[in-house]
Amino acid sequence: MGEAVLELRGITKQFPGVLANDHVDVDVLRGEVHALLGENGAGKSTLMNILYGLYHPDSGEIYLNGKKTSFGSAKDAISSGIGMVHQHFMLIPVMTVAENIVLAEEPTHGRVMLDFGEARHRVRELSERFNLAVDPDARIQDITVAQQQRVEILKALYRGAEILVLDEPTAVLTPQEAGELFSIIAGLKAEGKSIIFISHKLHEVLEVADRITVLRRGKKIDTVSAAGATEESLARMMVGREVLLRVDKPPAAPGETLLEVEGLQVFDDRGLEKVQGISFQVRAGEIVGIAGVDGNGQTELIDALTGLRRFAAGTVKVAGREHGERSSPRDMLDAGVGHIPEDRQRRGLVLEFSIAENIALHDYCFEPDSRLGWLYPGRLVARAAGLIGDFDVRGGGPQTRAGALSGGNQQKVVVAREVARNPKVLIAAQPTRGLDVGAIEYVHRRLVAERDAGRAVLLVSLELDEILSLSDRILVVFEGKIVGEYGPEVSEEELGIAMTGGRRQAASAA
Amino acid sequence: MSDEERFGEEERIEAEEEVLEQETPAQVTGGDYAPSVAARVSAFQRAGGVVMPIVTTIFALLMGMLVVAATGHNPFTAFKGIFDGTGLNWLFPWVQGQARTDAAFNLQQTLIVTSTLILAGFAVSFAFKCGMFNIGGNGQYIMGALVATWVGTSWVNMAGSLHIFLAITLATLAGAVWAGIAGFLKATVGAHEVISTIMLNFIASYLAQGLVGRGGQLQNTTDTSNPVSADIADKAHLPVFWGDPILQGLHVGFFIALGAPVVFWLLLYRTTLGFEVRATGFNPEAARYGGVNVRKSYVLAMAISGAFAGIAGAIDILGWQFRLGVLDIQIANIGFIGIAVALLGRNSAIGVPLAALFFGALVQGTSTRNPAIQDVFDPRLAGNLSTIIQGLVLLFVGADLLFLWLWNLRKKARRTAPAAAAPSGGAGP
Repeated sequence: MGEAVLELRGITKQFPGVLANDHVDVDVLRGEVHALLGENGAGKSTLMNILYGLYHPDSGEIYLNGKKTSFGSAKDAISSGIGMVHQHFMLIPVMTVAENIVLAEEPTHGRVMLDFGEARHRVRELSERFNLAVDPDARIQDITVAQQQRVEILKALYRGAEILVLDEPTAVLTPQEAGELFSIIAGLKAEGKSIIFISHKLHEVLEVADRITVLRRGKKIDTVSAAGATEESLARMMVGREVLLRVDKPPAAPGETLLEVEGLQVFDDRGLEKVQGISFQVRAGEIVGIAGVDGNGQTELIDALTGLRRFAAGTVKVAGREHGERSSPRDMLDAGVGHIPEDRQRRGLVLEFSIAENIALHDYCFEPDSRLGWLYPGRLVARAAGLIGDFDVRGGGPQTRAGALSGGNQQKVVVAREVARNPKVLIAAQPTRGLDVGAIEYVHRRLVAERDAGRAVLLVSLELDEILSLSDRILVVFEGKIVGEYGPEVSEEELGIAMTGGRRQAASAA
Repeated sequence: MSDEERFGEEERIEAEEEVLEQETPAQVTGGDYAPSVAARVSAFQRAGGVVMPIVTTIFALLMGMLVVAATGHNPFTAFKGIFDGTGLNWLFPWVQGQARTDAAFNLQQTLIVTSTLILAGFAVSFAFKCGMFNIGGNGQYIMGALVATWVGTSWVNMAGSLHIFLAITLATLAGAVWAGIAGFLKATVGAHEVISTIMLNFIASYLAQGLVGRGGQLQNTTDTSNPVSADIADKAHLPVFWGDPILQGLHVGFFIALGAPVVFWLLLYRTTLGFEVRATGFNPEAARYGGVNVRKSYVLAMAISGAFAGIAGAIDILGWQFRLGVLDIQIANIGFIGIAVALLGRNSAIGVPLAALFFGALVQGTSTRNPAIQDVFDPRLAGNLSTIIQGLVLLFVGADLLFLWLWNLRKKARRTAPAAAAPSGGAGP
């Protein structure tokens, strides 16, 4: 570890109503992994976008190798040796790995003809040097997400990156793949590259980083060495108060079976069989977690259970009553299925509606909200006012537009609505996606409380932490099938292997 | 609480708007939520408040003046002529004598057009609240007029009030069914309502022309060379409550038009149907998740839209036209002006009638029948010039969404909003 390659001094960026960065100082050393830790909206992304030339800071300076610089665009940043791997990859699916990597800086014959041989050669050289195994001739659409991420890293290295920014790189990876990424990072570090690792996952940051800078509400709280830090101390810095990282819950006392799924088969819009004969039960007073890598049929399963998608075969019983494959969302709502959807903005809320109208989204057609088709907005408002208090929704009253609330408060509105209907079965899909630590804590406590109130809770999440800390039983789905059932004491590694169908080793060797 | 009720509180809305931009989806969920057209326009319009439509209107009129000046006429004289032609000078107490009589007559004409335009405007607005563009107001208007003509010329011995009631009811239904076809096609096979309503306009137009044209079943029997329907029964005429019935005074259809905003508002904000329609308009996916039958919303919203247009057709026939001719059908453009009315009126219960009054006054004031205009221009020129002014105003009113868009773009560029350039987001599953 050597001298500072990058210094950000006094970076300030004001957005209307929000001070996204408030005199932030960060210095990154050569050959160091520097983690940027903070809740959503803490200013991590803004800071990195300033570094990458996408935003111009209102004030503050950037020093690269001791020289003051300013980037007018991402192109300037790239040519100065800064590489960025975004959370959403920017690759062209139909082109090969090599083509994607050399894109925009292609080796040529006489500046006209592309030199594919040279491109392949250089890509192979890079991937060997940095131990990033990829096949230069494979098409992007045919390789795994983890391999795509390596392509993104190679792309940055090909363009001469000395400082590599990885934005939430593990969000799309299984635990094993994350482990491999960490060893790649270690290799890059050994080659003298500096890495800025953005995350809000505490254990990862502790595992991979040398130093950690914590941001909170646009301000830098501190830069600490990973060696002396603990998850608790980091969480405290991030949130500004003590946070309960583990969910305290008494053992489950399961009662009667409220949700019974037998041989369920569901096709997606493209006609692919995404759910292939799944059977399981959820009993009153237990949380059943469904773990799996994204896209293994979870979405289609939830949609089928909530009437949003027809299923092809199988039976769904709610509290003993069977619901056919043509059940509408209304049928399932009335049968007592509550649903916290995975995308609250696209599905869970009408952002243009007030909180009161959103809370009435299911029950507007029943008394007391309405009678014989006549709506009573006053009653909607009165009910919403009560729930806003009960569920601690902050940032507005019943008449406030849902879109004006923060993500955490929007989710509280959704949870309030679903729970207040007193459902028998509560389906929570990614209930804490995009929420900050404080809101996550709230949602988790609430789900346990609903379990203890005698509901059958089905939790579908891509976050293993969440599955492990909340579930009383864990089902692992892989390619539309349940491939294993575990108790809550199972290890992350074991789940990770099951999530990839136990075939992960073969895939990564490709 | 409706958007209308918060119409004036611009500052708070502006602040909310900014929060909305801060909270744009990429940041909050990392998802790729795309707001519906209705939701986006709603956000635009909140940002523009009530100021934007007024500014657009003034700007459009100024452009009209420039055109007049370019033709070598005095724009102020011309616009004074146009204003007097609308009859709005009747409101000034100092206008007396013959001028007052003329003003009263002109104002009656303006309000006759306004009545129809209010209904045509809501025909566009209601569908819009469900996220649909009803371009078929004209076809629905023609169907309403056609059915009103048919009822008015049949059963001539029926009691007057019953006859009128039957004619208006059936015309309303005709408009509703005509628009409902487009809604049904959207709900079942996903045919885009813009395409299907345009097609239905042509069908309605040629159907009506065939029926009242030469040899058509509804053509008059007294002069078979004239492609016009028979006159409707005298008793089926809407009573005139202001002015001379023989000189085309203001008929009671005006009150129907004044009732329209109340019906529009109550339907949208005080019924479960309106709740479903608005939810569907803003976010059909969330509406479906909420248990709303989205297809039903589409069909019903279109049908209600068409009902407004159908009534417009009926009151024109029963109120002052009394017959339907092939030429009337060919030059009918009420449904299209209704689009401009809805746009300028911001699809709101208060805005649409005001916008209708503006366009009604413009149509009447620039009409070639307006003697004040003929004093200023060569009569042969007057017609074209009025069309140009109308066209300019329509253009700028239509373009005001463009102005708003540019305005927002400028604001965004200045502050480089976080969502726009933050593909990484702070979030993460």
